Amino acid sequence: MPFDAANLFPILPEIAILVTASVVLVLDLYLKEKDKDINHTLTLIGLLVAIGLTGAVGGGDARVVFDGNVVRDGLTDLLRGAILVVSLLAFVYARPWLKDRGLFVGEFYVLGLFAILGMLIMVSANSFLTIYLGLELQALSLYALVAFDRDSKKGAEAAMKYFVLGALGSGMLLYGVSMIYGATGSIEFGPVAQAVAEQGMDNKVLVFGVVFLVIGVGFKFGAVPFHMWVPDIYEGAPTPAVLLLGSAPKIAAFALAIRMLVDGLEAIQPDWQGMLLILAVLSMGLGNLVAIAQTNIKRMLAYSTISHVGFIFLGLLAGSAQGYASAMFYAIVYAVMSTGAFGILLILSRKGFDAENLDDLKGLNDRDSWYAAMMALVMFSMAGVPPTVGFMAKLLVLESVVRIDLVWLALVAVAFSIIGAFYYLRVVKVIYFDKPDPDMPVLTTSGGVRFAMSLNGLSLLALGLFPATLLSWCQSVFV
Amino acid sequence: MGFEKFLFYVFATITLVAAGMVITRRNPVHAVLYLVLAFISSAALWILLEAEFLGIVLVLVYVGAVMVLFLFVVMMLDVDIATLRAGFIRYLPIGALIAVVLALEIFLIVGPANFGLQQFPAPAPAAPGVSNTEELGLLLYTLYVYPFEIAAVILLVAIVAAIRLTLRRRSDTKYMDPAQQVRVKKGPDRIRIVKMPSERAAVPAVAASAAPQESTE
Repeated sequence: MPFDAANLFPILPEIAILVTASVVLVLDLYLKEKDKDINHTLTLIGLLVAIGLTGAVGGGDARVVFDGNVVRDGLTDLLRGAILVVSLLAFVYARPWLKDRGLFVGEFYVLGLFAILGMLIMVSANSFLTIYLGLELQALSLYALVAFDRDSKKGAEAAMKYFVLGALGSGMLLYGVSMIYGATGSIEFGPVAQAVAEQGMDNKVLVFGVVFLVIGVGFKFGAVPFHMWVPDIYEGAPTPAVLLLGSAPKIAAFALAIRMLVDGLEAIQPDWQGMLLILAVLSMGLGNLVAIAQTNIKRMLAYSTISHVGFIFLGLLAGSAQGYASAMFYAIVYAVMSTGAFGILLILSRKGFDAENLDDLKGLNDRDSWYAAMMALVMFSMAGVPPTVGFMAKLLVLESVVRIDLVWLALVAVAFSIIGAFYYLRVVKVIYFDKPDPDMPVLTTSGGVRFAMSLNGLSLLALGLFPATLLSWCQSVFV
Repeated sequence: MGFEKFLFYVFATITLVAAGMVITRRNPVHAVLYLVLAFISSAALWILLEAEFLGIVLVLVYVGAVMVLFLFVVMMLDVDIATLRAGFIRYLPIGALIAVVLALEIFLIVGPANFGLQQFPAPAPAAPGVSNTEELGLLLYTLYVYPFEIAAVILLVAIVAAIRLTLRRRSDTKYMDPAQQVRVKKGPDRIRIVKMPSERAAVPAVAASAAPQESTE
């Protein structure tokens, strides 16, 4: 069959990222130590081009290309944009940290870009095969990034745990896919959805497969009881790697859940609703309760991730267009918040010192009041305090749960998020009311980092005050 | 029971036993060898399913290349089995429980009730002229060209990651630069004649005889 070059248009952003990664990979060989900044500039240009291309090829009706392997629809456009913007911020924050530690090498950018490529492939996947390959591409790059600091024993340990548990999660996912293939005879989401609608819940094989799919999704999200890897990896991995794996991959994981459970298996929604319900309650409970006991802020943020995943699941399990839209809104907002939080940790780190304990934030207000304000915004947003966007996100998710008459679930979620507010506000207290250590050096950052962080922090406030645009985009995806 | 069915059960049993041995052997080299056996018998199963090309590739790539590499690594590394097995008994009950539950579920679902010949009638055997390899190649480069390219990128990432994690330049390794070596020309580059005044031979002899005396004292 002849190949139509028009197939390539919808995947132009992916092509741009792949080309950038390859150029950086080769160019890095010829760059002298002092010219390594070119890698950074090229990466940022590549990401900007990809953002532009996402806008250029986006919009309009959904289009399936590459014989049903790729789809470009509203979900693809919005999530692509979010992933690219968040990753752009992450690369800007990471540069000074890498430079201080002699890790400012091309491979960081190459692996980071490949991880982003994997995420883009996931959000535009239209078959189980494509989405699985995208997931593996992303995961493999992230494993390597976690082990990036070769002299760090903790990093190596974290990478090992991540690798083994990640492989286990992928294995579960694949087993589930094989069952679904057995039950429906296809791996493309459209035909799978048709077959599922015909057979419904009578087919035990299908339900059996869904169990494994949900376990796989749970692993990739880090939902309780598949959360064991999250705290150790957040603590052990170098902070720039945590920044990359804790932000945009959550958006990609959301795409994974939506594509598989909603695009493919929406007909048996009552089945996976119950499973997600258990995961959601456990995640919100354990995440919020255990985070209180943490003194290491990276570990605390890891448990906070787990609790936020619970909230994203609440929106998903509602099974309504409004629920999916609110979960999507939450996932995007969460990625922006976590980028901001880890960005601040990178800013506070300097040569020979990594900010990872709560005490390291002491008196941040006296040292740099602007960054203190930004961190406070991020924390308020994570806690869900109005007028920040975190409040809007939580409210929307709760609304979708109340609409399907699960009021008790909404009450549980509110209770846990009140408990969770304690540890977020403790960070704010440490920043504003504790005195800094007198021997702390002056905080110096480049203009680019300051600009990016201001954008990041203020966007949380702006989105909270004017959520209509992003929200209407999210809603237009699921009509 | 046809001969084919008999062969299937033989190879399936070998695969299961070998896989069980992989995770229970104390000696890692034995475990790897059992894994090789498991791969070979699975390849035989695939060939029974008329997937000859895949079966041969499994033997060539996995057994021939990957597992041999594995064997090298296992033999070269000093793997301490005692620490590896430290928590074995402690975690056995929960591990066994999960394994039993999973196995039960799988037996209940993946059986003749759901995957019997009624649901999945046996496909007609392929005509003698059909080339497995050709069919696979056609599909791979047309319908599945996009996943195929992604798989290529994943392999590239594996190369980059492996090099990043293992390649380090040591300052204390001595090495020669072949590019410089071949540039050497006849003449002053190769030999330098140094003029020195002649010295008396007796002096080093005294020093040499003095040194062992010191060490014996």
